Amino acid sequence: MIYDRVTIKLLEGLCHKPPKFQNGVKIVLLLLLYQMKLAVNFLTIGLVILSLPCGSYTEIPPKPPGSVTVLPPVKPAGGPQAFPDAENSNLPVFTMDYARIQVPFEVTLWVLLASFAKIGFHVYHKITFWVPESCLLISIGLIVGAIMHSVHEEPPAVLSYNVFFLFMLPPIVLESGYFMPTRPFFENVGTVLWFAVVGTLWNSIGIGMSLYAVCQIEAFEVQDINLQENMLFAAIISAVDPVAVLSVFEDVSVNEQLYIVVFGECLFNDAVTVVLYNMFIFVADMPVVEPVDVFLGVARFFVVGLGGMGFGVIFGFVASFTTRFTSNVREIEPLFIFMYSYLAYLVAELFSISSIMAIVTCALTMKYYVEENVSQRSCTTIRHVVKMLGTISETLIFFFLGVVTITTEHEWNWGYIMFTLLLALVWRGLGVLVLTQIINPFRTIPFNFKDQFILGYGGLRGAISFALVFTLPDSIGRKKLFVTTTICMIMFTVFIQGISIRPLIEFINVRRTNRNLETINVEIHSRLIEHTIAGVEDLCGQWSHYYWKDKFLKFNNRILRKILIRDNRAESSIVALYKKLELQNAMEILDTVSGDINAGSSIVSLQYVYPLCPSSSCSFSLSLSLSLSLSLSLSLSLSFAFSLACSPSLSFSLSVSHSLAPSLACSLSLSLSLSLSLALSCSLSLILLLSLSLALPLLLALSLSHSLALSFALSLSLSLPLSLSLSLSLSLSLSLSLCTNDTHTLWPCPSLCVSLCPPCCLSYTSLHLIHPSSLTHYPFNLNRSDGYLSNTSRRVGIWSIYQG
Amino acid sequence: MGSTNSTLSKIPNVEELMQETGFTPAHIVRLYDRFEALDKEKTGHLRPQDFGAINRLAMNPIGDRIIGAFFSPGQETVDFHSFVRILAHFRPADKKRPKDPSMPEPVNSRTSKLKYPPLVFSLISVAFQLYDQDKDGKISRAELLQVLRSMLEMQVTEEQLESIADRTIQEADLDKDDAISFEEFRKSLEKVNIDHKMSIRFLR
Repeated sequence: MIYDRVTIKLLEGLCHKPPKFQNGVKIVLLLLLYQMKLAVNFLTIGLVILSLPCGSYTEIPPKPPGSVTVLPPVKPAGGPQAFPDAENSNLPVFTMDYARIQVPFEVTLWVLLASFAKIGFHVYHKITFWVPESCLLISIGLIVGAIMHSVHEEPPAVLSYNVFFLFMLPPIVLESGYFMPTRPFFENVGTVLWFAVVGTLWNSIGIGMSLYAVCQIEAFEVQDINLQENMLFAAIISAVDPVAVLSVFEDVSVNEQLYIVVFGECLFNDAVTVVLYNMFIFVADMPVVEPVDVFLGVARFFVVGLGGMGFGVIFGFVASFTTRFTSNVREIEPLFIFMYSYLAYLVAELFSISSIMAIVTCALTMKYYVEENVSQRSCTTIRHVVKMLGTISETLIFFFLGVVTITTEHEWNWGYIMFTLLLALVWRGLGVLVLTQIINPFRTIPFNFKDQFILGYGGLRGAISFALVFTLPDSIGRKKLFVTTTICMIMFTVFIQGISIRPLIEFINVRRTNRNLETINVEIHSRLIEHTIAGVEDLCGQWSHYYWKDKFLKFNNRILRKILIRDNRAESSIVALYKKLELQNAMEILDTVSGDINAGSSIVSLQYVYPLCPSSSCSFSLSLSLSLSLSLSLSLSLSFAFSLACSPSLSFSLSVSHSLAPSLACSLSLSLSLSLSLALSCSLSLILLLSLSLALPLLLALSLSHSLALSFALSLSLSLPLSLSLSLSLSLSLSLSLCTNDTHTLWPCPSLCVSLCPPCCLSYTSLHLIHPSSLTHYPFNLNRSDGYLSNTSRRVGIWSIYQG
Repeated sequence: MGSTNSTLSKIPNVEELMQETGFTPAHIVRLYDRFEALDKEKTGHLRPQDFGAINRLAMNPIGDRIIGAFFSPGQETVDFHSFVRILAHFRPADKKRPKDPSMPEPVNSRTSKLKYPPLVFSLISVAFQLYDQDKDGKISRAELLQVLRSMLEMQVTEEQLESIADRTIQEADLDKDDAISFEEFRKSLEKVNIDHKMSIRFLR
């Protein structure tokens, strides 16, 4: 057997446990290492399982250096050998080279794991209603980080400066910029910029100064942090983060004005943050700050801000102009959008200008013209891909925030951290109050106190602060303290403010908007009202932003559209909306008649062939004995949902005897699949996905039954915390362990399983599996199909917001 | 402020006007200046032709309807009081004003239509009036078509206009009489924040 040194260490620590459990523990630990050394472990685990029923347990030689693992011969219970002999001078039939694919492989697996976690959340609807997804993702990340930390593995450096700012952040910002509702934005652009620029400045300077004052207190032992470092730190944590804010505000529907100001502020404060960060880094090295540096700072701010916007607009126009000529290359039309916006981002990064502003303005400018030039399909593709990339990025960022929290070195200082949290809240509140008082007279619809409260409370910090603090130069003495404080700040705002903002909004009854108002009536009447307002304003002889809007529209129609749009037919928004609604109606008709057949074949097959469809949870109220079978169904149904091909075979396998020997023999011949499915039984959900992707139903089923016995043993032997963590992500495996027919093994497990599994996993359970072999049709699949449809419609709903 | 006071003294019943509409003295003065600028012949009344002289208003697709809204049925001219009263509809709703039960509820309340004689319009009924030119209390298909035509002008063909109008009526028409009554109109706009959309910040 080949294990690496980590496993050896862990195994040594378990010498005192009984041998049976020791084996089990060894197996589960092996499987835990999956994420790190997957390919190697696939095979090794397969071999371990093979050897177990024989009662033997082979030695653990240390792993030889080199990437190709050579496997010793094993003696299975009687079947063909899958692995060649170690000493071969002939052509190797089977080789392995992990190092070559390591990086892309691990990237893919991490993405899948994070996305899988996202799927898992939506199983139980109530959770995602009350707890924003960002919190859930961070929690899962924390757990995975704990696992990784306990096996002394380093997580991938996702939140390092380059990876984060060059690869993780652009998709999110592009998504925000692309789907920003343009009309409310331009109506409120003054307020947005006011809050973004002046607000961030106020926060940074305020927090920096106060923290410096706090540092002077001897009791906190932070006197070595000088003013520049404090200001630098304040600049980092005072920036409201678009990723965190958007993930929270997306589900909560506050009134449009408030939404757009929060939205816009978090996107446009990047300019100030960039300037302040660079300025203070520069200044932190200098012993003396001169007044000329302050002036240079101001000048730099204008360069950064206006430069960012300028680059964005230029690239936006170039992109629009390019799409004018792409009528013959429709397949690569979406590419231009992504390439140009990414280019805008990179060029801005090149000049250290605000890249976020560049990409946002690029997206804003581009969207209007490009969507008229490209075909309908390209338009849909662009929207889909932008949204997908943004979601992946956001998921990964939060996930890794959780992971990295555990694995970085911390330095805790009660005084500094508490005061930072307090000061951040206080200064933001004050800032919002003061700034609103100043800007309210200039607004048509002033912000009332409730709006201001939400504006202040919605200032969440997120991953941008973390990435910035992570890459502080090491010349700053208390870098670890800063990192810890930033993490605390992020956790505090994302968890406490993020979770409580929804009930607060309902409690204080902020003016809400229903965003799903796309009816042709509303559009026509809104147009009419706009014309009326413009007319009445002309009547009163006064200018307002309607005047400017009118002027811009005329300029747009006369010049810009002629240059940038291929087929220049000015189209009123009424006509555009009408076309869109008709299209939506047509699609809906198609969907209800035949659309569900494709995806619905899964539901249909589940329904009639194998009634293991997940239904909404009712597991908690059931007795223990029932919960056993329920957890069984949990695992099976989940595997179902993903590998539809499994359905008939799984039932077959269940009805077949659970004898291990024949299954072993079969599984040997297909080593890779076997080990993967074993991973299903005992390891992270990540592996689950892998095994499912190999739709080999028979083996899957067989190996499930096989591994069940093992995993059961595992769960008992492990200490509670570990099994807890296992259960959260591995709820599948624990339940799997229950399916063996040995009644004496069943009883302890359910208590573990039920108590530890979060509701989301159990909600998948169906009622049926009391009689596993029966194929009667139960009427619970309606929930599933409803859920599916409502998901579709919700998606459509969300999309319709973004198409506004 | 001296000029303000002197201008204010020229306007009859200015106190009552200010109370009823909620405009400040500065607003009233400014509107009076505008009124006088439009009233080229200094008659103290405005006629539709005076409004038509405003160029930008003439280019507005529904300009003539807006002008029409200022004139109550049967009236040929509008004096300063009616002018200000109608403009008061577009002021942002001022929630801080104390609810003095003796004082009539200000003109720009959303529901004032229900409590006051038909001559006092609410915001929604202002919008409704713009559609309903023959004042029969319903927006018929023909009226809707007219408005759509004036707003969309050259962009769409007649058939497209008709389909849009059909869809509009289909969405809003609950009692299936092929016309949109005031209630149906109000219902279709209930999710829209009319106060926000129809408010003008009057300059001092």
